[in-house]
Amino acid sequence: MVQLSSTLLYISFVLYLIGTFLFGGAIRDKRKEQQGKDRWSQFGIAVTIIGFLAQVGYFVTRWIAAGHAPVSNLFEFTTFFGMMLVGAFIIVYFIYRLSVLGLFALPIALLIIAYASMFPREISPLIPALQSDWLHIHVTTAAAGEAILAISFVAGLIYLIRVVDQSKPSKRTFWLEVVMFGLVTTLGFVIVSTAFGLSGYEAKFTWIDKNNQSSEVEYHMPALVGPHKGELAKESAGRLDPLVEMPAIINAKKLNTVIWSLMAGAVLYIALRLVLRKRIAAALQPLAKNVNLDLADEIGYRAVAIGFPVFTLGALIFAMIWAQIAWTRFWGWDPKEVWALITWLFYAAFLHLRLSKGWHGEKSAWLAVIGFAIIMFNLVAVNLVIAGLHSYAGT
Amino acid sequence: MEQVKCECGHVNPHGTVFCESCGKPLEEQGEKSLLDMRYEGSARRSQTYKRTIVDQIWAFFSSVKVGVALIVITLIASVIGTIFPQEMYIPPNVNPADYYEEQYGWAGKLYYELGFNNLYGSWWYILLIALIGVSLVICSLDRVVPLYRALKRQGVKRHPHFLERQRLFGVSRISDMDQAVALLKERLAKQRYRVREEDGHLLAEKGRFSRWGPYVNHVGLIIFLIGAMLRSVPGMYIDEVMWVREGETKEIPGTNGQYFLKSEKFIFDTYKKGEDNEVFNAAIDRVGDGMIAENYQTNVVLYKRVGPTVAGAKPELEKVKEYPIRVNEPLKFDHYALYQVDFRLNEPKTMSFQLTDKQSGKTLGTVAIDLYDPKETYNLGNGYRVELLSYFPDFEFDEDGNPSTKSRVPNNPAFVFKMYAPDRPEGEVSFVAIQQTLEPFGDNKYKMAFAELETRNVSGLTVRRDFTLWILGVGGAIFMFGLVQGMYWNHRRIWVQRVNGELWIAAHTNKNWFGLKKELHRLLDGTGLTMPADRLEERKQAGQGGQAHGTA
Amino acid sequence: MKKQQRLVMRTVILLLLLAALGYTIYANFFTEKTAVAVGSTAPDFVLSDLEGREHRLSDYRGKGVFLNFWGTWCKPCEREMPYMNELYPIYQKQGVEILAVNVGEPKLNVEKFAERFGLTFPIVIDRQDQVLNAYGVGPLPTTFLIDKNGKVKKIITGTMTKEDIKQHLESIKP
Repeated sequence: MVQLSSTLLYISFVLYLIGTFLFGGAIRDKRKEQQGKDRWSQFGIAVTIIGFLAQVGYFVTRWIAAGHAPVSNLFEFTTFFGMMLVGAFIIVYFIYRLSVLGLFALPIALLIIAYASMFPREISPLIPALQSDWLHIHVTTAAAGEAILAISFVAGLIYLIRVVDQSKPSKRTFWLEVVMFGLVTTLGFVIVSTAFGLSGYEAKFTWIDKNNQSSEVEYHMPALVGPHKGELAKESAGRLDPLVEMPAIINAKKLNTVIWSLMAGAVLYIALRLVLRKRIAAALQPLAKNVNLDLADEIGYRAVAIGFPVFTLGALIFAMIWAQIAWTRFWGWDPKEVWALITWLFYAAFLHLRLSKGWHGEKSAWLAVIGFAIIMFNLVAVNLVIAGLHSYAGT
Repeated sequence: MEQVKCECGHVNPHGTVFCESCGKPLEEQGEKSLLDMRYEGSARRSQTYKRTIVDQIWAFFSSVKVGVALIVITLIASVIGTIFPQEMYIPPNVNPADYYEEQYGWAGKLYYELGFNNLYGSWWYILLIALIGVSLVICSLDRVVPLYRALKRQGVKRHPHFLERQRLFGVSRISDMDQAVALLKERLAKQRYRVREEDGHLLAEKGRFSRWGPYVNHVGLIIFLIGAMLRSVPGMYIDEVMWVREGETKEIPGTNGQYFLKSEKFIFDTYKKGEDNEVFNAAIDRVGDGMIAENYQTNVVLYKRVGPTVAGAKPELEKVKEYPIRVNEPLKFDHYALYQVDFRLNEPKTMSFQLTDKQSGKTLGTVAIDLYDPKETYNLGNGYRVELLSYFPDFEFDEDGNPSTKSRVPNNPAFVFKMYAPDRPEGEVSFVAIQQTLEPFGDNKYKMAFAELETRNVSGLTVRRDFTLWILGVGGAIFMFGLVQGMYWNHRRIWVQRVNGELWIAAHTNKNWFGLKKELHRLLDGTGLTMPADRLEERKQAGQGGQAHGTA
Repeated sequence: MKKQQRLVMRTVILLLLLAALGYTIYANFFTEKTAVAVGSTAPDFVLSDLEGREHRLSDYRGKGVFLNFWGTWCKPCEREMPYMNELYPIYQKQGVEILAVNVGEPKLNVEKFAERFGLTFPIVIDRQDQVLNAYGVGPLPTTFLIDKNGKVKKIITGTMTKEDIKQHLESIKP
């Protein structure tokens, strides 16, 4: 069952990849001829739906195998988030029939699923705090809300790629490249993790933690930064000695991974720039050329309008109900809770600016990008960096 | 100054942008620009009267700009609060001032000095939230009243200027006007529009109730904030901690001596290979067998006191129920909830020693000491006797180097015994702690040899009673309802009007123009009527005409 | 007319909001959350002393009561005990009782402690923390000054000098 489940996830991943190219074909095709049946898109959405069903299969089989919904660790949650993103895209596609949305939404879902796969993938048993039906209810609703909100990011990104003037460098081109770099770095993380994973790199260190206790840590990437007073263990002789040593309060292993990812991201980014001979956003611009800006804007807004209530329900209301049951209080200013509130406040501000101050179009698109950055921060940084009650969702 | 009379005869309040009834623009906004339909062009009161201080404060809080600014400030403050852990999450029994500096250096010190260690409970953060509440109330009141008026008084027949300045607007010339209008009316009704007809003109409207969504959700938020505020009213909110040992019956704090709790047993389970689902093996291997908690549980008996309540008097108890308290399954009774939150395993309860002849190794009797109520003398018969001179439940050496106790809990019991034997009538003194024996007055013949330690587990439970929960629940439910009402429905209006032998169609929606356009397509399909054009798009395209465009 | 009404409405709403805001700030930052407030009636209790005699607080009506919560391991408690012991006979004659409530330690330890300092005032042991809960005692020592009508006049947390104790005893003379 577990094997079947992994296979299904793998199949869905491949299908999303194929779907991306099919949607890409749809764009090219459309540029050639406006008229006629758009076969590329039809194939694209069909493949996407099959992929989605495969991933649902992964979800269900894993649920059966584990006896609980697979949303209990970072791998499972992030994968589920990717699945919801594809689900939200499929729904939006059938409302607006916009192929270019698939061309951007699917790669982002792919990145998210690939990122998730870098974390321990085994099925973990539930600790007592997680043994509740609210686990399924709260986590799935929150993930669905975030995924729908992420669609607004996709629409916003398309809007910006189309509208930002690439003929000369500006603040707008810079920040758009920052977004591109962020995406490329995620890919960089996946590549280096996979590469060192495949090579089976291992380096054990003994080090002194902040309570002056001696501990062990195992690196799976060459240690550029080492732990506090870290020493390579005997069996790891010959492995790279850290170039810099970190103080005890910093998690050197995670920082090391971040540095490797940034380096890989930078290398990839520079390579892409050299090959393309222009900004990445500029290279993508032709893909978004025929996009109706008003439609992109409307999809972005619609996604927020639909996603915001779902997010509120899942990430705040259900969260509060569960927290009252499991942790004795509905709200405790745990970092994850605070970041859910921050996300909520942000989208509340977004809606008010849009409704009352008329922040449509590009302003709205930039806000959607920032909103997605906040969601990603909550997913990645708050789990891995800011430890709190939710930190068991990490590794 | 007071009121403005429109040419259609309707009298509008001062400040109205376009007539409430016929829609004729009252304040010219420049030729041909699209009408700003927010709040139906009604006069927002705050913007018209700003004479007294009260009016000025009102005007300040009624601004959405101020509201958004408050939200953004709160957002940034909240972010700052997550940089380092809040004081409630640092280890207890440490001095926060030292802790932040030790852990995070100068940044931690600064964080502490600025009071960010307790950011969410600070006066200014609470003030920020409260100001958002004030802004919510005033913004809503300031808008909902005029909006209600405007929507209620809107007329069917509209001024042509109103129609031609809508975003969706089209003109059709057709021969049989009556038939077209009748057909449209029928189709509109089928699409669940409420259609009003006046002199052959139509106003079709649906989803007006979604306009109230924002105000409904604001009411929900305000109720939620009131609930949160009420927690500081004495008696509304109880939060206590109790530690109860296996076999012990204790008063539940916060219940005014009304309820007692007995712990029958505390259970701590972990996942083990071979016992649990095989699919967990990989995860268990990574963390270590027996390292992942499976269950924390206290089996308790709840008692209610009968008869008069006097603290300290032996209570007369009546059993209410037995219940296994687990994480996620609190014991609920009489508005209280008891939660499993903490535990201590194997706390010493009784300790047994054997009086032993050091040389022969012969034991002369066993002394079992109740660590909560030790006796002064233990008689072993045959002339053997042990006296307990001193007892330190939680032994340590104090600053002066004297043996003393840290607390009343027997975490590390230590004893000073005086052992009497027929051949030692004066007695021998021995100091006994865990894995440690001292003989302060020279070599003894006898010793107290450790025999057995009986332990028990202690459960840490949290006691809560929160009378504000239902208010928060009601507020949350209303908020969600309002949110869905405002977000998942939209207010669509279609005007069909005969103007100078032409049929004018204009349409407006507060959101989802795409949906409205699709609906119009369906409505007009096959009627021969012109589909109203999206004039916003036309304008944009006209504006972008100069820009390089690919072959369309 | 209408304008007047509007001004009144706005003023009323703003005042209401201000009141709610003021109360929240006040309740959160300017009130102490104690189980027993100064000025309220001290909760009644019955506890046995080392000789097994029962002491009921309400039996002391008409007298002032110096109610001291303590533990043998608490150094500040230990420091003030001799002062209390010294002043006890003087003030007992003037109608002020000292009652020391031990926080549920073994009787043996309490007895040894009382012997060591030759304490003469009654010492009761709160075996089940019931009195501790009723009075919401946190850190030790905590002393409640109760007047002849059974009302709490003052709550003192932390150690006291002999002069302090004297003043406190003085203040609850009937």
